[in-house]
Amino acid sequence: MILLLLLSLSADFEQQIAPILIEHCLPCHNGSNAQGSLRLSTHARASKAIVPGSPKKSTLFTSVESGTMPPAGRLSRDQRELIRSWIADGAKWPDGVTLEGLKASQAEHDSVARLHDRIVAALKKDDFKPYKFTNPAFEMVPIPEGDFLMGTPDRKDESPQHKVHISPFWMGKFEVTWDEYRLFMFSKDDGVDAVTRPTRPYVEMSFGMGIEGYPAISMTQHAANKYAEWLSAHTGQFYRLPTEAEWEYACRAGTTAAPDHPDDYAWYLANSNGKYQKAGTKKPNAWGLYDMLGNVMEWTLDQYEPYRSAPAADPWIRPSKPYPIAVRGGSWMDPAGAIRCGARTPSDPSWKQQDPQMPKSIWYETDAQGLGFRLVRPLKIPSAEGMFKYWNNGVEKDP
Amino acid sequence: MEDRRRFLKSTGIALAAGALLKGQNSNAIKVGLVGCGGRGTGAAAQALKADDYAALTALADISQDRIDQCIDQISKTQAAKVKVDPKNQFLGLDAYQKLIDSGVDVVLLATPPGFRPVHLRACIDANKHVFCEKPIAVDAPGVRHVLETAKMAKQKNLSLVAGFCWRYSNYIVETFDQIHGGALGDLVAYYATYYTSPVKPMPPASDRPAGMSDVEWQIKNWYNFLWVCGDSIVEQAVHSADKIAWAMHDQPAVSCVGVGGRQIPAEGGNIYDHFEVNYVYPNNFRAFLGCRQIDNCWNENADYILGSKGACTIGRGPMPHITGQTEWTFTGTKNDMYQHEHDVLFASIRQNKPIADGERMATSTLLAMMGRMAAYTGQEITWEQALNSQERIFPDKLDWNGSLAVPAMPRPGQTKFL
Repeated sequence: MILLLLLSLSADFEQQIAPILIEHCLPCHNGSNAQGSLRLSTHARASKAIVPGSPKKSTLFTSVESGTMPPAGRLSRDQRELIRSWIADGAKWPDGVTLEGLKASQAEHDSVARLHDRIVAALKKDDFKPYKFTNPAFEMVPIPEGDFLMGTPDRKDESPQHKVHISPFWMGKFEVTWDEYRLFMFSKDDGVDAVTRPTRPYVEMSFGMGIEGYPAISMTQHAANKYAEWLSAHTGQFYRLPTEAEWEYACRAGTTAAPDHPDDYAWYLANSNGKYQKAGTKKPNAWGLYDMLGNVMEWTLDQYEPYRSAPAADPWIRPSKPYPIAVRGGSWMDPAGAIRCGARTPSDPSWKQQDPQMPKSIWYETDAQGLGFRLVRPLKIPSAEGMFKYWNNGVEKDP
Repeated sequence: MEDRRRFLKSTGIALAAGALLKGQNSNAIKVGLVGCGGRGTGAAAQALKADDYAALTALADISQDRIDQCIDQISKTQAAKVKVDPKNQFLGLDAYQKLIDSGVDVVLLATPPGFRPVHLRACIDANKHVFCEKPIAVDAPGVRHVLETAKMAKQKNLSLVAGFCWRYSNYIVETFDQIHGGALGDLVAYYATYYTSPVKPMPPASDRPAGMSDVEWQIKNWYNFLWVCGDSIVEQAVHSADKIAWAMHDQPAVSCVGVGGRQIPAEGGNIYDHFEVNYVYPNNFRAFLGCRQIDNCWNENADYILGSKGACTIGRGPMPHITGQTEWTFTGTKNDMYQHEHDVLFASIRQNKPIADGERMATSTLLAMMGRMAAYTGQEITWEQALNSQERIFPDKLDWNGSLAVPAMPRPGQTKFL
């Protein structure tokens, strides 16, 4: 008990530090061929790189702070700060804990690897054209490769504007509807066993606003990720949530001009009549996407973080903490000012405040009745490990 | 929140004047939790958040796993306030009394409801302030016991906050303020729905470990047994009964008739999975309460309140709305009602202004319970009959290792009202 208290006062090893080490360090610093003969899998081995109480004397911290490690890219400021504070507070590592034991179960990785192989094997030289799928019914629209200016001048959370390059992908023509999402929630005999499914919702999740043809709402980002994994297994094609940059690029659709009056293309506070509306009943944007703005706001893959000014190519800030995650597009509840391609909404713990239990559900945001998502399908298929990262945010549990 | 912060600045003064925390030399409020499941853990986290000097010092449950999980979970965000010495972790059916005797100031009661009357009495006997989850009993003797306890709490100036959470929800409070302010004209009828999936379905009998006693098995699967759960209408749809009572200014119903039964195999349990009850109130006001816990059906948790000049709907769409002579929708920001329950409780302790939810939580529970009695027996049941029912559903004596037969489910027309 005492140990637990000490740990929790600083960074929590199992919840916060171990996941960083597992993801960013262990791929090279583990096993008998560990780089620099440094292994980070157990306390004894890792001690070589850690001086408890002195982050600046610990190569674990100095190398990630300077950015020399990990080679694939510098850790986020939060992740670096977690490591610093953990070492500063004595680098407590619970007795007997080895990091292998904390990895996501090998079975999950294996299952994603098999799915990856199936997707690659099924790959046809698809024309980069619009297409439809029938069960579940959805349509995808090709979004061409290109560059755009991400952000909005003079708005604090949307500045600085910066240049972003985006690789080609298909995007859902409509927001994912209950018709599609409920197949994932309720159908157990569809040949997809390996993907975890939502717990049965206790209350009726459309809250009387309509099901057939209406957008699905009130799911967590974790649930949306699992839907993407389920759909990928179901179709043999790789689907995932869009990054924040992909979403904004697709929303702007090659234009910089102010769009028409929001009444023409969006359901929002002034015209929604207090509820969401059927998908695709307003005008599409220039690239044929419906309801990008309004109706339901949409999950992206990114942690909600300040923008940097440097140009970027296909940027993605993978979440390292449960809140806030970036949500886009505004919803039927929002005023016109929030119905903009540049506008960002941070996810918030209050979206689960109706859940009386602790720990809270990892599947439902019962109080976010204007929150949904749509999926993308990148033209270039990632590695199996890449797929795993897209589908597992690692921060699905609320603190 | 603003109010609370402002208040906490003057905590020292309030304490000096306050008589509620007798013999205290510090600002600390020691909190004990009885029932460390998901709801109890949530309640404890909210209690700790409600007051800068609240500390969790004691836990009681039937399972050490639950206690450990509760500590781990709350420590993630409020480690500095978790001060549960191993000697203050109590296990077993008498753990609640040991917890009360461990020197706590506030007790959170979050076990299954069958235990509540005895637990609550012990708290008030020992001069503890209480947060008491709903419902508060599984039978009428339990309700009467709690009514007595509520009086004792009042006499002792102890705060007793009930987990009928909608009473602490700002947007539902505002909705009922509108209704009581006449936005619907004279009230005519209330239709409340509580159609959901099963809450905690019975596991297969093969999951029962060899040698586990009936009592332990039934408590661990408490939702499925009448004696400890009170049945689905009392355990869950009681929230809707509470709102009906609220609309009626908490005056008793005159009588009710009801139907109910079980469609899905009970797998060894003995609760119904559906009820529909029709309540009569003075002035020909009628209230209808429907509840069901079956998968793959139309799920809905809503309230439709009809008046002579308008209608109010709660639970269809995120915001309650009123149509008719008055057009109204809640436009503010919803509060966290679970947190607010504890903010109010702890502020009441600091300010020596006790909250007395006791009587109301007993009568709202009885309102749901009389619906159950009507459905079980097939008879019309009056409020007086329900209140004076002699049927004891919760056992007088419970032995952790004991056997406990599961009575057959009631059959309307054959089951007698007692």
